[in-house]
Amino acid sequence: MTTLQLDEQGRLRHFLTIEGLSRDWLIRIMETAQSFGSVTAQSVKKVPLLRGKTVVNLFFETSTRTRTTFELAAKRLSADVLNINLSVSATAKGESLLDTIRNLEAMFVDMFVVRHADSGAAHFIAQHVAPHISVINAGDGRHAHPTQAMLDMFTIYHHKQDFEKLKVAIVGDILHSRVARSQIQALKILGVSEIRVIAPETLLPASVTELGVRAFHNLDDGLADTDVIIMLRLQKERMQGAMLPSEHEYFQCFGLTEARLARAKPDAIVMHPGPINRGVEMDSQVADGPRSVILEQVSHGIAIRMAVMALAMGVVQRGAVA
Amino acid sequence: MSRCVAIINGDIFDGRKPSLFRGNVCIQNGEIFSIGDLPDEFIADETIDAHGCVVCPGFVDLSVYLREPGQEHKATIASETKAAAKSGVTTLCCSPETVPVIDTPAVVELIKEQSILAGFSHVIPTGALTLHLEGQALSAMHALKQAGCVAVSNGTRPVRDTLIWRRALEYATTFDLLVIVRPQDPWLTAGGCIHEGPVATRLGLPAIPACAETVAVAQILALVEETGARVHFSCLSTRRAVELLRSAQEKGLTVTADVAVHQLHLLDTQAEGFDPMVHVIPPFRSQEDREGLREALTEGVVSAVCSDHQPHEEDAKLNVFSATEPGVASLETLLPLMLSLVDQGVVGLPEALARLTRGPAGILELDGGILAPGNRADICIFDPEATWKVDEQSWWSRGRNTPFWGQSLKGRVRWTLVQGKVVYSAD
Repeated sequence: MTTLQLDEQGRLRHFLTIEGLSRDWLIRIMETAQSFGSVTAQSVKKVPLLRGKTVVNLFFETSTRTRTTFELAAKRLSADVLNINLSVSATAKGESLLDTIRNLEAMFVDMFVVRHADSGAAHFIAQHVAPHISVINAGDGRHAHPTQAMLDMFTIYHHKQDFEKLKVAIVGDILHSRVARSQIQALKILGVSEIRVIAPETLLPASVTELGVRAFHNLDDGLADTDVIIMLRLQKERMQGAMLPSEHEYFQCFGLTEARLARAKPDAIVMHPGPINRGVEMDSQVADGPRSVILEQVSHGIAIRMAVMALAMGVVQRGAVA
Repeated sequence: MSRCVAIINGDIFDGRKPSLFRGNVCIQNGEIFSIGDLPDEFIADETIDAHGCVVCPGFVDLSVYLREPGQEHKATIASETKAAAKSGVTTLCCSPETVPVIDTPAVVELIKEQSILAGFSHVIPTGALTLHLEGQALSAMHALKQAGCVAVSNGTRPVRDTLIWRRALEYATTFDLLVIVRPQDPWLTAGGCIHEGPVATRLGLPAIPACAETVAVAQILALVEETGARVHFSCLSTRRAVELLRSAQEKGLTVTADVAVHQLHLLDTQAEGFDPMVHVIPPFRSQEDREGLREALTEGVVSAVCSDHQPHEEDAKLNVFSATEPGVASLETLLPLMLSLVDQGVVGLPEALARLTRGPAGILELDGGILAPGNRADICIFDPEATWKVDEQSWWSRGRNTPFWGQSLKGRVRWTLVQGKVVYSAD
């Protein structure tokens, strides 16, 4: 869908998926985020790049972390922010998605940040919005969560620099995970040496190896010699039953403990998109331990989202604040 | 109605001879009077010069959704039978999934009356297999048959209980009714909207595995062995399902099948970019599945091709992929897509035409599908070389939900005759 998110001059119009973006684009997003790093650390945390612009956080699915970091990112760019939680409002009144979009468009907004339970929702909205509006995908169904993937890449970059040498393991509910799909695409584009997915067969999608990954059913084997371990949230609300017998058994087989972490390289980092289910995906010792970079991911989320918003609105040049 | 019509100079496919032959078809009193040379005593009131065209039996379409009664915002009997006539379809079976469903003689009568009033194609309503299509109690099959149904079906609605399945097949057998099955295991389908495979995995769309179809086919075949019911599988989509069908036929079971014409062309890869026009159930599947369907078509294991025409209003497809209504408006692409298979060397022209005529007519045990003296003069005359563009000007169905919109297709119907009367003329 490169044509939908990039215009004829190759500029970012929407940010919908990692798929189809070049390595150069991913680097550009990270460099731009890097340049915002100083903004987020200074005492007055604002730049006037999006002054007078209106950003709408359009959340059809509840989320605290993602919505909050998008809101902060927009505010640090001096945009006006409107938070709309549609999981309880319009759809309950029977309004169609397109009608909701048309109504908001009529309020002269400039950007939609969209979270939706159905795959392809951000694409659909991008196809139907007025030409001056940018759409940022904040997670659609099982399809994509590109800003999460970028903040993860940014975090890896801070610790590891050279992507080509890395072995990365993604552990857990790959089947339902938009995060995993976007991460795999980003890691492939950045050219890591190996991507592994580790999960019980019930939580691996069909033909998963065609995504360019190696699949493991055994956590110890899968973690051996890895540089980066990404634990996924076990999305309990998405389970329709019969996928796992119990959280307890899941932790026994796929939970990350200090002992299992020892299988990875000594300097391996541990990541998690949050929120963590302690004692299900990982032990507290690991989550709060020296190898965990989970809170760094959160901070990087703000810088990455500022970068993506600024690039999509065309207010920054490569790597530098205009 | 003693009107005499002569169709001259056409290349005739009569449904019996293995190849086409040049000749004339004479019609009197709505029936075929002669085929071949023009009889000296025959004086035509109307002459159709079919030079350069193929003259064949009108197409018999086993799966069409007319949307009336109850969903007239999508389409009507008049609008869709008119589109059928334009597509060369002279007889069609309409799905029982109307509102109310076709589970009483009154609804059968209503549909028959409306279609006679419209005056285009013959409509044979397919009765509901279970009451309200709920899969729990048997429908009044005897009454439905008396009202004019020749087949019963639960359409896309599941019958979860295997005991109900067995009883329904047994009861249909009592009245020699054909049971049309769209095989799809409801549990394995579980809200899916696209073929399970690499495309679904990458797009993160809930998927329908191939085994949703094969499990259902295997289950029904086991019940057919037990009950001896006459079963027709509609809209098969997988290689494995036609393999099961082939071995069942070799064993001598009375089972037949059709495939929707677009299923012989499109693949799951078509869903890239989340195009809702390719949201269809069963979903477009892998290349291997498509090859399997094409082989079964060539062999005759699949003896009919249907349109599985499902017209929708624009809004039904204006949503996120999985939230859109499945289905393709496909009557008008039926012939061009079949001819495309001929061009690609998948099947010869006589075989392709047989799958649209004699094949489906035989499944319904109708006399039609063959041009022979004394048979009803339901005839399609088409130009196999003429191309046309799928657009507002050319399209007649109320539903514009087709993945072929904007494309140029080869093969255009010039005239359609129902009971000797011209119900469509391209000129």
